[in-house]
Amino acid sequence: MDKENLVALYRQMVLIRVFEDRAAEMYAKAKIAGFLHLYNGQEAVAVGAVSALHPDDDVVVNYRDHGWALARGSSARAVMAELFGRATGTTGGRGGSMHLVDVRNRFWGGYAIVGGHLPLAAGLAAAAQYLKTGRVTLCSMGDGSTNIGTFHAAMNWAKLWNLPIIFMVENNQYAMGTHYDVHSAVPMIQKAAGYNMYAEQVDGMDVMAVREAVCRAAERARRGEGPSFLDVVTYRYRGHSMADPDVQRDKAEIARWKERDPITRFATEVLLKRNLVTPKDLDDIQKSVEQEVEDAIEFADKSPEPALDTLYDYIYQQPVRNMQIAGSLIRPPTIAKSVPANGKHA
Amino acid sequence: MAEITYREALKRALREEMQRDPTVVIWGEDVVAYAGGGAYGVTSGLAKEFPGRVRDTPIAEEAIIGVGIGAAMGGMRPVCEIMTVNFTLVAWDQIVNHAAKQSHMFNGQIKVPMVIRTPNGHGRTAATHSQNFDAWFAHVPGLKVVAPSTPYDAKGLLKTSIRDDDPVVFLEHLQLYGTRGEVPDEEYLIPIGVSDYKRRGKDVTLVTWGRMTMESLKAARVLAEEGVDVEIVDLRTLRPLDLSLALESVHKTNRVIVVEEGWRTAGLGAEIAASLQEMAFNDLDAPIARVAGLEVPMPYAKNLERATLPFAEDVVAAVHAMLQKQY
Ligand SMILES: Cc1ncc(C[n+]2csc(CCOP(=O)(O)OP(=O)(O)O)c2C)c(N)n1
Ligand SMILES: [Mg+2]
Repeated sequence: MDKENLVALYRQMVLIRVFEDRAAEMYAKAKIAGFLHLYNGQEAVAVGAVSALHPDDDVVVNYRDHGWALARGSSARAVMAELFGRATGTTGGRGGSMHLVDVRNRFWGGYAIVGGHLPLAAGLAAAAQYLKTGRVTLCSMGDGSTNIGTFHAAMNWAKLWNLPIIFMVENNQYAMGTHYDVHSAVPMIQKAAGYNMYAEQVDGMDVMAVREAVCRAAERARRGEGPSFLDVVTYRYRGHSMADPDVQRDKAEIARWKERDPITRFATEVLLKRNLVTPKDLDDIQKSVEQEVEDAIEFADKSPEPALDTLYDYIYQQPVRNMQIAGSLIRPPTIAKSVPANGKHA
Repeated sequence: MAEITYREALKRALREEMQRDPTVVIWGEDVVAYAGGGAYGVTSGLAKEFPGRVRDTPIAEEAIIGVGIGAAMGGMRPVCEIMTVNFTLVAWDQIVNHAAKQSHMFNGQIKVPMVIRTPNGHGRTAATHSQNFDAWFAHVPGLKVVAPSTPYDAKGLLKTSIRDDDPVVFLEHLQLYGTRGEVPDEEYLIPIGVSDYKRRGKDVTLVTWGRMTMESLKAARVLAEEGVDVEIVDLRTLRPLDLSLALESVHKTNRVIVVEEGWRTAGLGAEIAASLQEMAFNDLDAPIARVAGLEVPMPYAKNLERATLPFAEDVVAAVHAMLQKQY
């Protein structure tokens, strides 16, 4: 990777960190409501993984999705506006924090039913295989989603059909307040063994390690060698969501993980050490990111709420006759849209 | 025009759509090898005709539906078969939280053009294997729900469902697979969301769908001998619910009975009765009546199973009761 790209990885991680800190502030000011799951600490995972993929590979993740959307190219403006529930958000205020999406970037969304998106990801991979598009699907999930039925069903299916997919566990060792040892009977990496699936354990606090592991897994998939499983060990600095007082975790444990902070480490161990940047460059990046997020907040705050008459739009892609008489819709949905659904195929 | 079975009509629809569109595939449990194709034979022979496009899957309904959703997002038109409707419960999260929500929640950016084929039905298979969840599916915004009663409707509606850009739950019926009816050799489509008169009459309107359309037709023959002339509206689609013909019929007959197979409380009959009285209260000469399944988990014993399900004689009795009562 050349200097420019390495610096870009750094900037993305800083953008996510600053974005999340400001989002927390906006939540406290009641500009954002509902569940808000922040990504602090896990920045290297999304940034490293996305940097290893092609632009038209498929990405499917869980509800801790702000970092993914930003890394995959959604603007800070659109993501913040979505958190604010505004018309200019990634889904025009329909989905909120947990359901960001940007199909132009083949970012198929954040999914908030634990494990629910795993079969969908396998399906995207099955389509890539059937239609011979050469695409790889990256499916990220939390450690807590590796015990539910859909995890095992999707793992088995992916191996059985030799699908071009990467199952990536963002193993932050907690499912809400439940520690890994309380929710899982075997070490994470062993869960792949039951399906005879290629697996690696990865340092999730090291952006280059994540990038390299995803590169290897994606190349395997592209060579027709099927699915991979990555146990990416990471940590979240904040509570599960803004609703979590985070009383159950040991403060010393949190402090220990912060010593391995992915952003600081990447700055000192790579960028500064190799003389790719000066401390002043890093300061400039910090400032430009703060400006970008400030602008996103202003944009979100100024944006209108979604128009009430869009409420019924897209319940169906294809309206049918007698929709009004059915009582299920007061008027037919509009079908005009700026983005073609499901993007472009082939 | 040939007389063919409901099963054969479905297979012809699948074959024609697979010939027409290479992105149409069939995935499900035992759709290839078992007994030549399909627990109830609907897909028999298709795997040979379309190599690589009809595939047996693991017994994991949540994945059959979920993988289908993902494939639909990725540019295919999967037809996913769930062996019987009872097993859709395992996949309820995928159907309701995923298939039905993708388009609206993601503001039109994602569409899910898939069909979930599954049969209702019974046959001495007891409580876990003899259920009817039509009302549950019909309750969900974002789903289209189709329940054909004849081979003609089954073929035309399945072809339309496969071409539709939304997720369609296609409810077949075990007791209908062997029934016969006329189906044209040439291609035709039936639109989703359009009900159909299955018998014209003037005395009482029966609003029904699926197997109960056939029971209603049997009841109509008995009643005709007594001089009672019933009109039968077959809804064909349960979401969106087209009550336009039912309404037209009520204006004429002034009497309605909703005939459904499923449990009565909070069933689709309740919704239909409520909607019709909202729209046509002044036309009604009698309270809207319901014929429905008894509210018990289905027993195995022959006499108990028979007593639990509605049949033609229950429809006849309901018509008698309505006509005899003075209001
Ligand atoms: C099926 C289901 N059950 C419960 C929940 C509530 N819930 C939301 S997130 C969560 C913990 C998930 O932990 P993990 O998969 O490790 O992801 P993380 O939050 O650590 O990223 C729970 C229990 C849910 N959303 N879906
Ligand atoms: Mg976790």
